[in-house]
Amino acid sequence: MQADVAQTPWRFDHFFIPLVLFLGFAAALFEAARSPEAPMVAQGWIFAICMGLTGIWYMWMYAGRTPADETRTYADGVVKAGVIAAMFWGIAGMLVGVIIALQLSFPNLFYLPNEAWTNFGRLRPLHTSAVIFAFGGNVLIATSFYVVQRTCRAHLFGGSLPWFVMWGYNTFIILAGTGYLLGISQSREYAEPEWYADIWLTIVWVCYLAVFLGTLIKRKEPHIYVANWFYLAFIITIAILHVVNNLAMPISLLQSKSYSLFSGVQDALTQWWYGHNAVGFFLTAGFLGIMYYFIPKRAERPVYSYRLSIIHFWSLIFIYIWAGPHHLLYTALPEWAQTLGMTFSIILWMPSWGGMINGLMTLSGAWDKLRTDPVLRMLVVSVAFYGMSTFEGPVMSIKAVNALSHYTNWTIGHVHSGALGWVGYVSFGAIYCLVPWLWKKQLYSNALVEWHFWISTLGIVLYITSMWVAGIMQGLMWRAYNDFGFLEYAFIEVVEAMHPYYIIRAVGGLLYLGGALLMVFNLWKTVRSGAPAAAPIAVVPAVAAEAA
Amino acid sequence: MYHWAYEDVLAFAKSWSVVYFSLMFLAAFAYAYWPKNRERFRRAAHIPLRDEDA
Repeated sequence: MQADVAQTPWRFDHFFIPLVLFLGFAAALFEAARSPEAPMVAQGWIFAICMGLTGIWYMWMYAGRTPADETRTYADGVVKAGVIAAMFWGIAGMLVGVIIALQLSFPNLFYLPNEAWTNFGRLRPLHTSAVIFAFGGNVLIATSFYVVQRTCRAHLFGGSLPWFVMWGYNTFIILAGTGYLLGISQSREYAEPEWYADIWLTIVWVCYLAVFLGTLIKRKEPHIYVANWFYLAFIITIAILHVVNNLAMPISLLQSKSYSLFSGVQDALTQWWYGHNAVGFFLTAGFLGIMYYFIPKRAERPVYSYRLSIIHFWSLIFIYIWAGPHHLLYTALPEWAQTLGMTFSIILWMPSWGGMINGLMTLSGAWDKLRTDPVLRMLVVSVAFYGMSTFEGPVMSIKAVNALSHYTNWTIGHVHSGALGWVGYVSFGAIYCLVPWLWKKQLYSNALVEWHFWISTLGIVLYITSMWVAGIMQGLMWRAYNDFGFLEYAFIEVVEAMHPYYIIRAVGGLLYLGGALLMVFNLWKTVRSGAPAAAPIAVVPAVAAEAA
Repeated sequence: MYHWAYEDVLAFAKSWSVVYFSLMFLAAFAYAYWPKNRERFRRAAHIPLRDEDA
């Protein structure tokens, strides 16, 4: 007994994580017991349950034993958990997306006046947060943990800390998502969660940074591979953006409502500095990390130009951070700041296309693989969509174009060509690679991947083309004047004109969701009943084998 | 004591940031294309392909 205790070295994480979980549990129960507002009481209970379950899991996993994840060469259990969480949230988020697309097409279909949570205003942030932060975030955490270990040839730093990041991040997702349904929102786009959820995410995110940096520091590979640079930029920048944009004062520690530190145009600029960099660093830099690892790995060729990747990295991160003001053209924001935002958005075209060319040209000499490997095709098409949406974005940031496109469905189409085409496809490609690698199985069906690819590609095409037509038509109808100088169309006439395009968009979203469901089935069969991965070619010399 | 006004910050940002961005870009460019780094980056590009386990 004494000997056992003496042999177990003191570990920071074994004290830190239970302490955080306990304090979180206590604070949650306090809110549940004392808060005067019903939604906050519900949030208290939800958070307490998450903390309690994580605590029980932690004790079961770590009390008196060392889990296999810590003794293996690489911690892959936590990556598996992230992949499963990503697929779960992906389906949930896309489903909510289809539901709100149908709500826009057929307002009476889901009109439940007594059920406030079914309102478009609450479901819309549920959709955006579920696909960006729940699906995308879990993909990023899972792949970053996988990639940083392989490219550094080092086990994840922090003992059980990566698991805390995984559970903690998904607790944030649950807290945020249920909060929206309960009507809690600080009304900042992509930053809707209120102060208590923001504080929790800050704690989790600092731990994520610690795990990632710690692994980089103890690396055995002398050079830090470019994918890790992108992941690191993503983690650090999101930490800064999240903290600054969410500086706020709660009206009471027992209530959900808070007021931002900023007001007026400063508030708007801070929000869009955050908002656009959520696109630039969460949805771009992080996923470029995926591109720079998974495309070379899958194509079995080194990246086309490592030097270009360095220029891609530094110019992307230095330029992206200034592009936010293009969300505030023709507002109270000073004219020069608007021009600055537009100028940087246009300059951004260059690093984006440098990166796209680098990703695509990695295939040079191996283009034939696109015909036979649908997973690689998905990855490559994602890069093509990256190029397309990073061309469209700068065009839309030009003031004259923005005057037409802003507040219309063109923006929605643009966002989805990036989200479905680039982020979605690069994530699907990475997960199709990861599941067979992690579970050491062969992919259950390549044909199903083909179906997934073509169904969802058709879905994307329907989505973005319908939104282009709807958006440009909407913009033109809004600005049309008649001979007397009056507006040609009433608002409702514009809404009516968009109806068919909304239906096409919903069909596109449904196809995309259908493709993702095929993927879940395929991966499920891979894990449950897939053939074991082909054994590496035997290195036993033929003579020795014959002798045996 | 002189206090920086909005216009001062603006003038500084409008002029010196051009120099700052140009220098940052030149630094990144020089680092990437410095002849001595050629071999290092060639090896770095192969890092993902040298994984033993998969």
